[in-house]
Amino acid sequence: MVQNRVPQNDRPGDPGYAECLSAFEARVARGDKVEPGDWMPGAYRQQLIRLIHVHANSEICGALPEGGWIPHAPSLKRKLALVAKVQDEVGHAQLLYRAAETLGKSREEMIDELITGKAKYSNVFHYHAETWADVATIAWLIDAGAIVNQRMMAEGSYGPYARALKRICYEEAFHLTHGYDMCITLATGSKLQHDMLQDAVNRWWKPIMMFHGPSDGVSTHTDQLMRWRIKLKTNDEQRQEFLKQYVPKVHELGLTLPDPNLRFDEEADAWRYTEPDWDEFMNVIRGNGPASALRLRARRMAHEDGAWVRRALEAAARGNRATVNQNDE
Amino acid sequence: MSDTQWPVFEVFHQQARGEPHVHVGSVHASDAEVALLMAKEQFGRRQACVNFWVVPADAITATAYDDVDIFEHGTDKSYREAYGYETTRRVRAQTTKRPRSLRPPEE
Ligand SMILES: [Fe+2]
Ligand SMILES: [Fe+2]
Repeated sequence: MVQNRVPQNDRPGDPGYAECLSAFEARVARGDKVEPGDWMPGAYRQQLIRLIHVHANSEICGALPEGGWIPHAPSLKRKLALVAKVQDEVGHAQLLYRAAETLGKSREEMIDELITGKAKYSNVFHYHAETWADVATIAWLIDAGAIVNQRMMAEGSYGPYARALKRICYEEAFHLTHGYDMCITLATGSKLQHDMLQDAVNRWWKPIMMFHGPSDGVSTHTDQLMRWRIKLKTNDEQRQEFLKQYVPKVHELGLTLPDPNLRFDEEADAWRYTEPDWDEFMNVIRGNGPASALRLRARRMAHEDGAWVRRALEAAARGNRATVNQNDE
Repeated sequence: MSDTQWPVFEVFHQQARGEPHVHVGSVHASDAEVALLMAKEQFGRRQACVNFWVVPADAITATAYDDVDIFEHGTDKSYREAYGYETTRRVRAQTTKRPRSLRPPEE
């Protein structure tokens, strides 16, 4: 295959590592993209595999709470849009697994690690989507948070990941607008609808505030990730960007946010908020959230229930190959 | 569970007749026929497209990025370009010097 070659001298202390590293860092600092065949530090490769794998898993697991609501969508138009969004999210996972594969980890390994609970996925998908208003809130505010993250990552240094993200961001624009549209319907509807949306926002605010990951003081890899332009903004910077764009829009819909400390600090040009409980965050992403077990079970079931389709395709492919060979003789 | 790691096919799409096929990404598929189906699902959901190509990824041979020498233009290659020739200036310079017989007839 084009992309893969055996990583060489890519650990500190290996012969030639220092020279390769300084050439690599100079390239990245120039804004050049790194491509699969290029020399890269082993740690760069590992960090990217970890991030892209978690990202891909999150797309898959994000489709689960939304997918469950497809039969209950309130109108045909909403149902069509939700089906399209769910298909997009699963498509995003496939694009991302492919990007991670160029770094040397197979899709099968990644899917197995997800199903067996070894690999992580975004904190927000460890919670239940209890009402239709949760679906609206997820599609608006969680996709909004994801867009802040993905727009930034799309400018990152690794070519295949950046290319996948450009395509993904294009589709996210539809998710966001459709989510906003659903929230506007509920916010401007009957009192019951408005209350239902307020409830959902109250439920989701804590997970949303954790979505961009531990604050810069707690987060471990930030320095290296920024130097190698895997990430261009810290978790806190992303959280601020999200708050600046969306808190005013939430208020505009006549909704409140369940944090008594949330206020805009004009002087610091930043939102102040109650620091999320990062121990709780870690506990949730380790698989101890309210919906964690359900998500994995659903994912595993889909995988096992689909096994016969894969076997059939495999057999058909073998048949095709046999026919081709016969014709050759 | 070793039944999902199918071969990779690189996908090229053509947005309209007459346009070139452009690489858009890749899919896993059991064979080329399924790869076309996956390509359509993955890359043909929205954007205009009239044609897909799928190519087994291992059928592609590529140059190496670190082999920069092969793209190095060590010498002046302007003789390969239209801008490397100063026809207009040369013709203008000559018109005044030319023998009378070569000038356009005067009216
Ligand atoms: Fe997505
Ligand atoms: Fe999305």
